[in-house]
Amino acid sequence: MQQVIFFFIRNKNLLLFFVLFSISVYLTIQSHSFHSTRYINSTSSFIGGIQSNRSSVTNYFKLKKENERLQNENAYLREILFDDKHVVIEEIDSLPGSFTFEFTPAKVISNSYTKSHNYITINKGAADGLEIDMGVISTNGVVGIVNKVSKKYATIQSILNTKSQINAKLKKTHHFGILVWENIRDPYHANLIDIPRHTDFNIGDTIVTGGRSTIFPEGIPIGTIDDYTLEEINNAYIIRVKLFTDMTSLNSVYLINNNDYQEIKKLEDEANGGNK
Amino acid sequence: MVETNNIATQVFRFFLLVAIQLLVISNIHLFGYSSPYIYLLFIIGFPLNTNKSLLIFLGFILGLCIDIWSNSGGVHAGATVLVAYLRPLLLKFSFGVSYEHNNIKFTQAEVRQQILYLLSMVFIHHFVLFLLENFSTKLLLQTIQSTIITSIFSSILIYCIIILFSRIPKR
Repeated sequence: MQQVIFFFIRNKNLLLFFVLFSISVYLTIQSHSFHSTRYINSTSSFIGGIQSNRSSVTNYFKLKKENERLQNENAYLREILFDDKHVVIEEIDSLPGSFTFEFTPAKVISNSYTKSHNYITINKGAADGLEIDMGVISTNGVVGIVNKVSKKYATIQSILNTKSQINAKLKKTHHFGILVWENIRDPYHANLIDIPRHTDFNIGDTIVTGGRSTIFPEGIPIGTIDDYTLEEINNAYIIRVKLFTDMTSLNSVYLINNNDYQEIKKLEDEANGGNK
Repeated sequence: MVETNNIATQVFRFFLLVAIQLLVISNIHLFGYSSPYIYLLFIIGFPLNTNKSLLIFLGFILGLCIDIWSNSGGVHAGATVLVAYLRPLLLKFSFGVSYEHNNIKFTQAEVRQQILYLLSMVFIHHFVLFLLENFSTKLLLQTIQSTIITSIFSSILIYCIIILFSRIPKR
């Protein structure tokens, strides 16, 4: 018994190191799974508070660029409004909640893009009706998916995250693929994989969201085709997509709430449960 | 009196380094690489004759502070705990056995020894950091690339801070 105690005393530094290092590795593995970044994250009101204070200062330096961006978006929306091709149907039942998709604006208070797993923190939380799995877009295109919500803040798993997989399609031919991010040195491009060999496309074609997931509505712009290679083994193309959104200077984003999400999820769960 | 003064200095240094790291340095992205990590200066410059277990524990807390802020799980905590544990070894490796007996000052040692100590600490820390952060063998090449480039940035920055804030020895 005495021997054991002596052993512990002699090697106490080594043991302490092992315990603390194991905790760190455990926390790291925890953070790599989508829904269980439970313990360590920046949505706590203390950290979130500091970050939003800091961003309220640094945001002044981005105002000019942000103004231009919003003006461009306004111009685009006006074009749609006065375009004859887009007939705006006025619904009689215009009560809030009757739309499938609702948009909530939010401000980015912390953003990273140089790591392999990037997250964005925003200043809206469960108190504003945010939920896990909501889609996030900027004025230009897709940004990511909400993965953690606290009362006042939320974190987004950015598309610049090697874990992210977003259902996307070619706007012209409606061929589906998966948008992933593989080159961690490049925050301006992502890859569209699993596009079948017989697909016909050109460089410069637009990629949009597919609408096969409940997270994003169909047709939200993602980027344009920049380059492509044919993968012989899978008989499929890997397309390099230049993203519309400049992920390095995000400021305001919109959260998409799918009002039918719970219903669709329930139905899918039931169907999956029936198979087992 | 000297003892409490020393503790106060270390506590102050801890919070100052964390604040500077998170509010200023973490926003610098040189050539699209990860930003330099200067908080390691706390471990590098910790008094030599103090309790080693305390340093390991403080390293964990220090790393965890950075992790909570940047949503990275426990990657900084793990890397910092490792260098805190390895520090006595690296000190012996860089400054020879003499460091244990007489209380040498970092700034009074030879430049070659200083750089050896600094580089080995930063390099090991950054390698473990990026290994844990990327967490896949597919990204091994990029891990090594990030380690080398970011280590150089961090080392230069830390060395500059040491030179700027060290007292000039009286002659």
